[in-house]
Amino acid sequence: MDMYANNTVAGKIGERAMAEKSNAVKMRGENVNVFYGEKQALFDVNLDILENQVTAMIGPSGCGKSTFLRCLNRMNDTIDVCRVTGKITLDDENIYDPGVDVVELRARVGMVFQKPNPFPKSIRENIAYGPRIHGLTRSKTDLEEIVVTSLQKAGLFEEVKDRLDAPGTGLSGGQQQRLCIARAIAVQPSVILMDEPCSALDPIATAKVEELIDELRENYTIAIVTHSMQQAARVSQRTAMFHLGNLVEIDQTDKIFTNPEDKRTQDYITGRYG
Amino acid sequence: MESSHIVKSFDEELGQIETLLLEMGGLVETEIAESMEGLVTGDMELCEKVRRDDAKVDALEVRIDELAVRVLALRQPVASDLRTIVCALRISSNLERIGDYSKNIAKRAVLIDGDSKVGSSANTLKRMARMVKTMVGDVLDAFVARDVAMADELRRRDEEVDHMHNTLFRELLTHMMEDPRSITTCMHLLFIAKNLERVGDHVTGIAEQISYLVNGELPDDDRPKSDLVESFAEKPVKAAG
Repeated sequence: MDMYANNTVAGKIGERAMAEKSNAVKMRGENVNVFYGEKQALFDVNLDILENQVTAMIGPSGCGKSTFLRCLNRMNDTIDVCRVTGKITLDDENIYDPGVDVVELRARVGMVFQKPNPFPKSIRENIAYGPRIHGLTRSKTDLEEIVVTSLQKAGLFEEVKDRLDAPGTGLSGGQQQRLCIARAIAVQPSVILMDEPCSALDPIATAKVEELIDELRENYTIAIVTHSMQQAARVSQRTAMFHLGNLVEIDQTDKIFTNPEDKRTQDYITGRYG
Repeated sequence: MESSHIVKSFDEELGQIETLLLEMGGLVETEIAESMEGLVTGDMELCEKVRRDDAKVDALEVRIDELAVRVLALRQPVASDLRTIVCALRISSNLERIGDYSKNIAKRAVLIDGDSKVGSSANTLKRMARMVKTMVGDVLDAFVARDVAMADELRRRDEEVDHMHNTLFRELLTHMMEDPRSITTCMHLLFIAKNLERVGDHVTGIAEQISYLVNGELPDDDRPKSDLVESFAEKPVKAAG
């Protein structure tokens, strides 16, 4: 390796900055409009989600950030009155093409919700369910391996390894949320969407999930919606600010939180939004 | 002007920090004027007062530091609020240094009490002191008004202070060569001139902070400099043998 081995902080930061520069576009929204019946919820949103980065979406309630997030794995399809126009691509393929298998799409673009929602089954079964129905394994040993590695990646394995047959709902809130993350990881997604993943957790559990997010971005692309500005600042590399259905601005997170371009962003993040 | 925060006490805290900075600035301006007055008139009482007042300036810096740290810890300011706090910390330390320079002038005024040599350089020193004192007042006005144009103008004005410093340097050097007995006094006067020149530099530092506060970045142009003293120092000295 080169002389700037990883052991210096500056070296690490430099390395990270370089890695971030080379990030390719993983998902791209082009002129995305969303209507709930007559009401338009998103207006011409153009937004890139870069590979192996955490993109945070912030903005006041009703600004469209969750709506946009839900477009990324077609969760909005489940709402009858919802109509999406424009184009959203995953690895340059339009996910709204008629030929796209939505179930397969949602395996590639996993989702973690605000409230931890484990299945009322054992911890093992919570993880194993997805890979089994997606036919990702050929044998029981394969499946067990997926269970273990998924739990390890979600930083939960050490805490639950002795009770994999205990019900998932018996875990603490923070553990349940990491179980849900492990469940999302188990079907080998490339993108993970998170909608307020820590809003029901205490600060310690939140810190663990945030640490996990930072580790996960090495292998996954992450988009997160959060009401906590500090969380967006802590976990993301890029931040998108939404307001009244419009994308106000998207930029490097440190830029957004030190010197945002738009006054609406400035007012929102400094607590001046009335 | 920026709209107010939803949480009103946040605005109050930011306002309080700004008020303290202005109070500190006012004290520092007085310090410059009085130390110079003490030097020229030989009023030792006044010099003593400057040294007492500087303790107040130091105490204000501590207060501002405490408040700023409190806001950082409790409010986690971002964007312009964050820049305001960071600037307040830097400006208060600039002002504290300016206070120290004035105190040092007062100290030297006591040491050279009544020396006749003061007379000839006094006018230049007085002009220089008046100039930097006005600059301190102006830079704080620019801070309150978030006026970048005015801050830029102050950065240019500092060049004139540098010129005066160079003039005095030359003048005092001549005195010392003519009459070695005047060296002690002239050295004190030279340090006083240097102190005032440094005050100008700190004003420039504050002016740069205003630019950062408003635009989020420091001015990128290099400020014009004309430091004759440095060019003297850079002259190669031939080694013997």
